[in-house]
Amino acid sequence: MDFPVFHLDFLGNRLLIALIAILHTVINHPLAVGGLPLIALMEWWGHRKDDPRWDRTAKKILFVFFIITTSFGALTGVGIWLSTSLVNPTAIGSLIRVFFWAWFTEWIVFVTEVCLILAYYLTWDRWSGILKGRHIRFGFLLAGASWATMAIIVAILSFMMDTGNWLTDRSLLSAVLNPVYLPQLSFRTPLAMVMAGAAALFILAFESRKNPLRDEAVKLVCRWMLAWSPFLAAGSYWYWRVIPKSMVANMSTALTTQAFTAWYDLVLFILLWSIAFLVAFAGLGAWKPKWVWRPAMIIPFFVLAALLADFERAREFIRKPYAIANYLYANGFRKDDYPLLQSEGILKYATFASIHSVTPENRVLAGREVFVLACTRCHTVGGVNSIVSKLKTMYGACPWNEDAISSYLASIHQARSFMPPFPGNEAERKALASYLVSLQTRGDFIQGAQTIGINPGLTQ
Amino acid sequence: MMNAPVSHDIPLPLPAPAAFLKVLLVVSFIAHILFVNLMVGGTLLTLFYEWRGRANRKWDRVAFEIARTVTVNKSLAVVLGVAPLLLINVLYTVWFYSSNALTGTAWIMIIPLVIAAFLLTYLHQYSWERLRDHKAIHLSIVAGAAALFLMVPLIFLVNINLMLFPERWLEVHGFFSALALPNVFPRYFHFLLASIAVTAIFLVGWASRKGCGLHVLVEDQGGLLRKEFYSICLVASAAQFLIGPVVLMTLPSQGLSFGLLISISCGVALAIPALLLIWKEIQRPETFSKGRYASIVLLLFGTVLFMASGRHLYRETALRPHQEAMRIKTEQYQAAVESAKKAKPSFAALDAGASAGRGKKLFQTCSACHALDHRVVGPPLFEIARIYAGNPSGIVAWAKAPGKKRPDFPQMPAMSPMFSDSDLLEIANYILDSANRGAL
Repeated sequence: MDFPVFHLDFLGNRLLIALIAILHTVINHPLAVGGLPLIALMEWWGHRKDDPRWDRTAKKILFVFFIITTSFGALTGVGIWLSTSLVNPTAIGSLIRVFFWAWFTEWIVFVTEVCLILAYYLTWDRWSGILKGRHIRFGFLLAGASWATMAIIVAILSFMMDTGNWLTDRSLLSAVLNPVYLPQLSFRTPLAMVMAGAAALFILAFESRKNPLRDEAVKLVCRWMLAWSPFLAAGSYWYWRVIPKSMVANMSTALTTQAFTAWYDLVLFILLWSIAFLVAFAGLGAWKPKWVWRPAMIIPFFVLAALLADFERAREFIRKPYAIANYLYANGFRKDDYPLLQSEGILKYATFASIHSVTPENRVLAGREVFVLACTRCHTVGGVNSIVSKLKTMYGACPWNEDAISSYLASIHQARSFMPPFPGNEAERKALASYLVSLQTRGDFIQGAQTIGINPGLTQ
Repeated sequence: MMNAPVSHDIPLPLPAPAAFLKVLLVVSFIAHILFVNLMVGGTLLTLFYEWRGRANRKWDRVAFEIARTVTVNKSLAVVLGVAPLLLINVLYTVWFYSSNALTGTAWIMIIPLVIAAFLLTYLHQYSWERLRDHKAIHLSIVAGAAALFLMVPLIFLVNINLMLFPERWLEVHGFFSALALPNVFPRYFHFLLASIAVTAIFLVGWASRKGCGLHVLVEDQGGLLRKEFYSICLVASAAQFLIGPVVLMTLPSQGLSFGLLISISCGVALAIPALLLIWKEIQRPETFSKGRYASIVLLLFGTVLFMASGRHLYRETALRPHQEAMRIKTEQYQAAVESAKKAKPSFAALDAGASAGRGKKLFQTCSACHALDHRVVGPPLFEIARIYAGNPSGIVAWAKAPGKKRPDFPQMPAMSPMFSDSDLLEIANYILDSANRGAL
């Protein structure tokens, strides 16, 4: 309402954030948070056994992790921020006001982490002999810093699901200590460790079979994965227990998509089998690494990446209809603003709208403006999560009815628990309905402020 | 100001006094921009020396050593940028996010562009030996990285510039029209010259350090390389005396103030003795003194400090009237929000309703999808009543956990979180009753 509306009418705004965010976690959980302690462990192991082959293997894995985390990993982290500030500036702007000092602390830890990883990688060969002990300690210090950056950001992610006592006392401390925080952290930590094992297996798959260390390394990595899996199971259970009840109702749509809710059981089935597969794979590797077929070693990483991606989608989805629980809806409107906006309308207060009230003449155009303000954070006209296809599913090919749509909009939040209530007043709701009806015959394509700028009708 | 949109502020307090956050912003921005300078300038100088190194291996070696510093400095540039980004988000939320949205495509392109630039930088550095006999390919890699590193600061500059001028926002249609605002390019060249100068003065110190790969080269040649780096710094800094006034003159007047002029003049006043000292050093390249080097760096750092403060003062002045307008508008809006909250016609009225009309009222939610005699989203009441005749609890059971029965209908969502069992029973009775009566 207070920002020019950035919009992608094909890809959809949510998908932009999702692509960047999922890439970020799929890289940073395994390669940084979990990968760095695993590498430090291998380095220490080689130092203890006085076997330089371990050292070479650890460095080889670190090289890959270093290249990827300092490019894709670091930049997609910034990318989540840039994309959310385009798509839902009110949400990220509010989160930054609340969590400023958490983010600032995160920044200090992050600077430390980057300095340490540069130093750790670049001094690998130079700090040998008597300096090796110091280098290994450096590795574990780096692992600690990397875990700390995740530990801080998880507080913010959890806050978005459950604001806890913050809603009443508005303090940073109660925002950080929200009820979902520790459970989510105790889920993500072992997950990152297990994924690191899978990523290491991926790299070891390209190691020659003739290298006698390969089997030993596979064994160590698989043992690492097995050692962390009970913690992962316990963490998942605790996390599942604290997800607010109202959100669990969204879970079937969250894990699949609305079109595929009927497949919910199938998805749960696949989830369980993937986990069984991973445990069996790690068990085999820990017991008889020779029996592990080399090309198959890249599979656990992809299975875990898919699980993590679906988990992130679910986490993003189940907090709906909110972007920040009980404070800000996913459409970018504050819950507290609703009474005003539902009586006076959103157009009246929308700084960058070109129409500020609904008249009989401008109904469809005003409805379009309402659509841009209230719907486009999640929906496109004809692209991903298209509003036209939703209406087609609901009303089929027979002529869409304005009154039916308008009354559906009035109770949309009750019919679909993940939808926010309609933020505008009755005239705007009817205008929106007539715009939606017009889409059945005319179609439309909405361009964002990044292309067409601010609508010239701006008068306020 | 006349044309400028005025938004409502986010109604949450700043996390600390604004003045304190602004000091943090200027300080953290200087740390960030210096490493950006080293990243951009370092890549350009790597390209330059590797090009020269085709004829003489010595320059190739210089290029290699500079490239190694870029590997570190580019990561620090990104990570140190997070703090000023955070601070500008929190201090200038409305203006910054608006200019981000108006240049959205370019703004989000920063991410893939920087990733590509970093990967090219790694590829360039780690393929030095392997591509030793394929210099054209190797040079293309670093040229690609340099091109990307030249593009990204331009995107940031356009944003940080556009946010200062809300009265121009109506004219902007995407990144390229924002690029055309009058002072973007002068500021950009100002930045590029600074990048060269900062990198050159850094390399003087770096190359004079024992243990650095460049050290041998410097000392063997009687400090000729040091002289070269000093000269690059001198020329790039002297050129600022030409581009600087252009920047000042193209700055729209709404941000100008005496504070800004004084700050910039102080910066210039420190740059002049720095350049004189550099000139002296160029004439005695064979001797290096840490003390003399430190005083040059200190003077130039003072220049940067004053210039960055001046830059901040300009922003403050340019945005002050907009901030004031926003403050007033936000206060009015929040007052309206509060009074609407008090006057809210609550759903409690519905709950208090007598049981007789209760089913009818609750059914309003259902009427979004169900009509009496025709299909809307779900089946009509007549059909429902046929299936559940005399069985209202069957409707309740279905509504709490709907299945998927009809292939051509969307699945009904569960009504259990919104309605209690007794409410659902009211609704079910109302449905059967209405179907019997043939009227809602």
